Amino acid sequence: MTSIATSPIDNNELGEFGRSSADDGRGSSVVFEVSNLSVSYSGKLALQGVEIEVYKNFVTAFIGSSGCGKSTFIRCLNRMNDLVPGAVIEGTARYHGLDLYGPDVDPVEVRRRIGMVFQKPNPFPKSIYENVAFGPRVLRMKEGLDERIERSLRSAALWDEVKDRLGDNALGLSGGQQQRLCIARAIAVEPEVILMDEPASALDPISTSRIEDLIHELKRDYTIVIVTHNMQQAARVADMTAYFSVVTPEDGGSRHGVLVEYDRTAKMFTNPSDKRTEDYVSGRSA
Amino acid sequence: MAPPPSGAIAGGAPFSLRSSHRHYGEKVIQILLGSCALVSVVTTLGIVVSLVFPALEFFAEVSPVDFFTGTVWAPLFDPASFGVVPLLVGTLSVTFWALLVAIPLGLGSAIYLSEYATSRRRVVLKPMLEILAGIPTVVYGYFALTAVTPLLRQIGIQVEIFNVIAGGLVMGVMLIPTIASLSEDAMAAVPQGLRDGAYALGADKLQVSTRVIVPAAMSGIIASFVLGVSRAIGETLIVLIAVGQQAKLTFNPLESIETMTAFIGATGNGDLPTGSTEYKTIFAVGLTLFVITLVMNIISIRLVRKYREVYD
Repeated sequence: MTSIATSPIDNNELGEFGRSSADDGRGSSVVFEVSNLSVSYSGKLALQGVEIEVYKNFVTAFIGSSGCGKSTFIRCLNRMNDLVPGAVIEGTARYHGLDLYGPDVDPVEVRRRIGMVFQKPNPFPKSIYENVAFGPRVLRMKEGLDERIERSLRSAALWDEVKDRLGDNALGLSGGQQQRLCIARAIAVEPEVILMDEPASALDPISTSRIEDLIHELKRDYTIVIVTHNMQQAARVADMTAYFSVVTPEDGGSRHGVLVEYDRTAKMFTNPSDKRTEDYVSGRSA
Repeated sequence: MAPPPSGAIAGGAPFSLRSSHRHYGEKVIQILLGSCALVSVVTTLGIVVSLVFPALEFFAEVSPVDFFTGTVWAPLFDPASFGVVPLLVGTLSVTFWALLVAIPLGLGSAIYLSEYATSRRRVVLKPMLEILAGIPTVVYGYFALTAVTPLLRQIGIQVEIFNVIAGGLVMGVMLIPTIASLSEDAMAAVPQGLRDGAYALGADKLQVSTRVIVPAAMSGIIASFVLGVSRAIGETLIVLIAVGQQAKLTFNPLESIETMTAFIGATGNGDLPTGSTEYKTIFAVGLTLFVITLVMNIISIRLVRKYREVYD
């Protein structure tokens, strides 16, 4: 796992991809540094021994079949697993060098910096305006609220569609619009990282492609981590890709997820190092 | 050429899609279940009829205007006076104090149970709260009279022996489980995704509860309030025992008043001759009570529907 511990621009293996990312400064520093992280729910192991580094202004995709722990893992990065009764996280997850699970870390502060978009669009049953205003309001960022909302909706490529009906209930929007609203809502509190847990899996192909275009736009300003079960999506949007898989221990332990391989996306899909990754990306196994 | 489907299938019996056996059981069950539902409908109609006719006879003897606008309630005195306003005000007054206790405490309990309590605590606390709803109201009545009223006097509040405040507060406690339980159900039904979305924006528990969960569950919460109001208006024993039977027109909670239900409860228990005007008074007050509750329920259905349109 030492190969993961270095930044991609220092890594010769990354070749031209690494150099191109150095030009615009993307990927130049480590945002998340996770080592030996395991998660269990009520004593049942869900994910074991994850080692990974996530780089600034990169899109990092977690792929794998269902039950492989990729969603479990992304929820560790902004302490959403705290909300699940019986969830226990072991190992360390550092965010800019600070232990996310350290004793004096406030999960509320963590989530302010590390936003999240969920699988199913979950706008609040309020107006479009109030949805985006929710985060700034609870965090008391009250100055220039209108401008902040417009900026967020523009960044989420939704402004033109909703600017004349900001007072309408958000539940009247289409699924794709709702998901972009959720992205706008996350952007409104100016996070550094946006975690996306299968953000397009409940959407039609056109909405999906709009979300993917949006991800391309957003990576200039944000570090994005995306969970997807759609390999083509990972190939389209991600700079780096991590493949998770389910293992069944031979000693009779319970099935749980592991991180199999993590590398730049092009390599993962064309020349993976691990046989299991190769089988997965070529469609030979789940 | 193959023979056309002749209607005979491999045996000689003519082709038919008729049932091969009669579903008598199904019919019987349908009639049985239907009549169960009918019983409550017929009972309700029966109640309405048995209220309306004596009430109409009453209004033939006493002008409805005098009844609904009169401020002196003395049906058993000579000369009798049938102004129902003091009873309405009495009911309103007790209901107000009951809700003043029940709504904040009930909603608070619901928020605690739904958003703060661990599931282990919830499974212990919720049934305990619901036991509170099972205590006979006569017990609450004597609790108000023999414990709360003396306590109020001890802390320097000069209440009469029978008074609105003790009965109202105790009735409020009685209503807490109704409001808490129904509101908690409504909040628990709010999709987890909304909680996740709010927490992911850096909201704390209180913000998630008050700004997301309570508004999203508003239709159920309002329904619980209205049910609380209906029960407060209809509650009889607590007011009969602890609030008294003096039909005074006052909002002062330290004094004794009479509610509509207390009048019906006490008078129906007396030795009034059936058919007398005094006797029919009971039905007039009963009908008034019925109409108020009906209107409350219609309003609540409207409100619930309105919020549902907004929030679902």
